[in-house]
Amino acid sequence: MNFIDDFRNEKFVKSLLTEIHKIPSRPTRIMEVCGGHTMAIRRYGIHTMLPSHIELLSGPGCPVCVTDQRYIDLAIAYAKREDVILLSYGDLLRVPGTYSSLENEKAKGADVRIIYSTIEALETAGQNPEKKIIFAAIGFETTVPGTAIAILRAEKDKLNNFFIISAHKLMPPPMSALIEEGIPIDAYIGPGHVSAITGSKIFSSLAEKHNIPIVISGFEPVDLLQSVLFLMQMLHDGKSGVNIQYSRLVSEEGNIKAQQMISEVFTTCDQHWRGIGHIPKSGLCLNEKYSKYDAEKQIPVKVETGPEPKACLCGQILKGLKKPTDCSLFGNKCTPSNPVGACMVSSEGSCHAYYNYQNTE
Amino acid sequence: MCLGIPAKILRIDGDFAEANINGATIKVGVQLLDRVQINDYVLIHTGYALEKLSEEDALETIKTLQELEQFNKESILPEE
Repeated sequence: MNFIDDFRNEKFVKSLLTEIHKIPSRPTRIMEVCGGHTMAIRRYGIHTMLPSHIELLSGPGCPVCVTDQRYIDLAIAYAKREDVILLSYGDLLRVPGTYSSLENEKAKGADVRIIYSTIEALETAGQNPEKKIIFAAIGFETTVPGTAIAILRAEKDKLNNFFIISAHKLMPPPMSALIEEGIPIDAYIGPGHVSAITGSKIFSSLAEKHNIPIVISGFEPVDLLQSVLFLMQMLHDGKSGVNIQYSRLVSEEGNIKAQQMISEVFTTCDQHWRGIGHIPKSGLCLNEKYSKYDAEKQIPVKVETGPEPKACLCGQILKGLKKPTDCSLFGNKCTPSNPVGACMVSSEGSCHAYYNYQNTE
Repeated sequence: MCLGIPAKILRIDGDFAEANINGATIKVGVQLLDRVQINDYVLIHTGYALEKLSEEDALETIKTLQELEQFNKESILPEE
């Protein structure tokens, strides 16, 4: 099943653009809340194809970007301990903390290891029984099942040296928070892979409460343009609600088995989001039953932390208030090889995507 | 981290499977899926199959796009 050619088909792109142009023009701000969408939009130049009255905004969809500075400082505090092996997905290593980064600490000798999957985390724990294995668990609903599987496996295997620090986050709360803050957003392109787990139903109350259309989109050019067309049609017809464009992967109900695993291990908790701040019940923390795997509860550490760099606009960019090119650091003091802020670190960050695909501007 | 990669299931052994991604064979966890079978296409994220991809739904979307393209082609009048 290889449909890449179909979902990148030039003729389909042209006919979708023709349809979008037919809809009476009105200024429209559409926000996408998935790092994969941010990257695809810039990579394919989707934003340059659309009529000038449609503006695409990158929201808080890059998990590395929204991870707040204190969490980085917390991970660094653990990494500095000689009895700890700190495991992380790759991008997090380069995010600057207040005084250092995990990458810097690794260069200084800390045992910080990049993993691709929590499968490796459990293998590391089994191979190093004398060490405390701490996994920096970040990411949205897409990534949470992998952490849940690891916790359930650790419980089954009676691993007593595996811990996590959870910065797992939920997607609907910040989407709601941005609208409640008064940021002008007319519609959302919904996250495709988050929705594969949660189902489109997770966005229904948000769409209803704020009277806003949301379309769950795939990641190819035709997917994104069809999603924009659906949204523009819904706005023109005065309709709100949730529509699924990415139907080859996403259902209304989502992956029930994954949802059950998440519910077994986690409970909702408040989280701090870079740029947005404290959002009640916007994160997932280990519940009481599995708190023995919670590093912060079992291995308390002193965290040296401070404010985020003042000149960095990452926080405002994540809210759709500024564009990367509005930032005085962009492209000179802040580049992918020497990032000042989190939005430039991850390939899914707005600043990184703008920098990489400047030829599509 | 939002990235997902489509893959074809080649072999299943309990909680794990071998899957083909563009010619490369990798080990993936299939704990999140019920009734996964050899030759199924799945979406891989951080080492786990998140969900099966539906060929039927992909074809349905493509059919809609083909109809739209045909409609637009027929709507454009030839230039004088």
